[in-house]
Amino acid sequence: MTDAPAAGPSSATKMPMPGPDVRLAAAGASQWKDVWRQFRTHKGAVLGATFLVLVTLFCILGPWIWRVDPGDLDVRNKDLRPIYHALWDSGAKVAWAHPLGSDNLGRDLLASLIAGGRVSLAVGWTAMLLSMVIGTLVGVLAGYFWRLDGVLMRFTDLVLALPLLPLLLVMMLLFRDSLRAAFGPEMGIFLLIVTGIGITSWMNTARIVRGDVLALKEREFILAARSIGTPARRMIPRHILPNVMSSIMVSATLGLASAIITESALSFLGLGFPSDFPTWGKLLFDSTDRMADFPERVIWPGLAISLTVLSVNYIGDGLRDAFDPRIRGR
Amino acid sequence: MADATRPLLSVRDLKMHFPITAGLLRRRVGAVKAVDGVSFDILPGETLGLVGESGCGKSTTGRAVLRLHDITSGSIRLDGTEIGRMSQSALRPLRPRMQMVFQDPQASLDPRMTVEAIIREPLDEHTRLSARHKRDKVLELMDAVGLNRRFAGRFPHAFSGGQRQRIGIARALALNPRLVVCDEPIAALDVSIQAQVVNLLEDLQERFGLTYLFISHDLSMVRHIATKVAVMYLGRIVELQAREGLYRDPLHPYTRALLSAVNEPDPVAARSRRRIVLRGDVPSPANPPKGCNFCTRCPDVMPVCREVDPATLEVGPGRWVACHLHDPAVMRGQTTRPFGTMGHRGPGPNPAPLDTPARSAT
Repeated sequence: MTDAPAAGPSSATKMPMPGPDVRLAAAGASQWKDVWRQFRTHKGAVLGATFLVLVTLFCILGPWIWRVDPGDLDVRNKDLRPIYHALWDSGAKVAWAHPLGSDNLGRDLLASLIAGGRVSLAVGWTAMLLSMVIGTLVGVLAGYFWRLDGVLMRFTDLVLALPLLPLLLVMMLLFRDSLRAAFGPEMGIFLLIVTGIGITSWMNTARIVRGDVLALKEREFILAARSIGTPARRMIPRHILPNVMSSIMVSATLGLASAIITESALSFLGLGFPSDFPTWGKLLFDSTDRMADFPERVIWPGLAISLTVLSVNYIGDGLRDAFDPRIRGR
Repeated sequence: MADATRPLLSVRDLKMHFPITAGLLRRRVGAVKAVDGVSFDILPGETLGLVGESGCGKSTTGRAVLRLHDITSGSIRLDGTEIGRMSQSALRPLRPRMQMVFQDPQASLDPRMTVEAIIREPLDEHTRLSARHKRDKVLELMDAVGLNRRFAGRFPHAFSGGQRQRIGIARALALNPRLVVCDEPIAALDVSIQAQVVNLLEDLQERFGLTYLFISHDLSMVRHIATKVAVMYLGRIVELQAREGLYRDPLHPYTRALLSAVNEPDPVAARSRRRIVLRGDVPSPANPPKGCNFCTRCPDVMPVCREVDPATLEVGPGRWVACHLHDPAVMRGQTTRPFGTMGHRGPGPNPAPLDTPARSAT
């Protein structure tokens, strides 16, 4: 061991540390610091996280900064173009009162985007979390407990074979009124949509997780834990879940995207939120008929959806790497 | 170690059959008889070496003894308690007495847990110590197996094979077990590390009064560590003897074949020794041959071997063998002795006893 100088200036003042890897030994001291360090090395993930934070702040704080009600009908100023159109088209109808323009009823596009983002993000995250919880639960139980496997996986196949959109439509028709009465029009519909999307999109996660658990169960460290006497209720959180986390994370990022898009599809069919209640998907679909004349009405909500989904995908990718100690060491 | 004559572990007629299912309805069409009637005793402080070629059921025996499999039949008594038929939940309080060291140190450590968490897991499961006491105990264990304390927060992938195996050993020792099943603990390590790990196991045995069931296919390593040796072939123990007796005067033809395959470090002795080369493959444990399991490959096979399964007999004090050649009742009826069997009984007749010290371990 002649590499004492390699210990660095910080330790030179303290007790001289023998041994080659002072840095690595200290690296294990705080796991979360390590995770954060690895996460920061993933450029896409950092960009994605920044974007997601900005979008979330935009939606949360937006109504306090841009104090225009998205439901206000400003008929005199309808069909305005975004303010930047004045740059190349001096004859365009623009107004500073509506920086992103307004729709055919004179509703402000910026305010709609803010309000729609709140709903879309809330629906996306909640529905994704719900479907992850159901999918992980079913997958882990089916993979770990041999007796439940057949029943749970046949049930998964059954749900997978159901035509989802008609099912959702039936659900909406059946429960809309009672939920509205119980929780109010907005909260009722929100719950209905979140549940509807959540319970119809967990099947792929369940299958992926089950496959992973089946493979994991044959690994020797599970046998080692059994030889210690770890019961199943502690085996699953301690050994199984951390090791299937990366697959769950990947399907979660995909799940968020599909939840936002399913919500848009439902709104488009008129069975989502009421018509005076903007969401990104609804803004998109409302504007499709006049897309050629007013492309900005499609581009802005579309960009919001796709960039959010993309950033979540990158974050998931970065987190997966950051949580894997084998990758983290490099 | 109050009673040194009462066996710590006593296994009788242990059978572990894995069902083979076929067809759409998953009907049972047969069974892989991985372990088929194994009996042995281990006294406190002893090391029983379990040897045999791959697929003979050594590891399955080790796992069945710890009830990691649900055994088909037989009896396992740990310190006088019958555990063969116990439910897993009833077995849980007994787990601290018996622990296992696994073959592949890479696979037997959870890649997402730190070394400290891995060694602490048995303490979490079976003790009510405070977090600080647990940490102290973990660090003590790391000292005991020769791991640097400062690596407690690191993950298994950052360690070499030998260090990982030390982590596995520390985990097995955390609860002060009496019996440790070592399932080929050195097979996945390279030779220079093997000796270190075996010596560590010996030191720990001395310090903590451990009893080992040491499973290995490496005869010279078993010779180094074991006090008694059992030789397995196709799910059966064919011979069980004290170490000296087995290496000096192997009784079963299979044992002799195995011993003749051990490398001889002395070139003079190596030139003069006689190799016994077995022909053919091990029969499938799903479909073992009629009669003696070894009759398809035995160099000394007799007609009776293909008909009658040999019983395990005690031919001398503590010398057990399952072979018709050593069964007086069978050999008396045998008018002509088969060729090539000249005198494996009694002293002397073996011309080149494989007794030159095989110093491979240290």
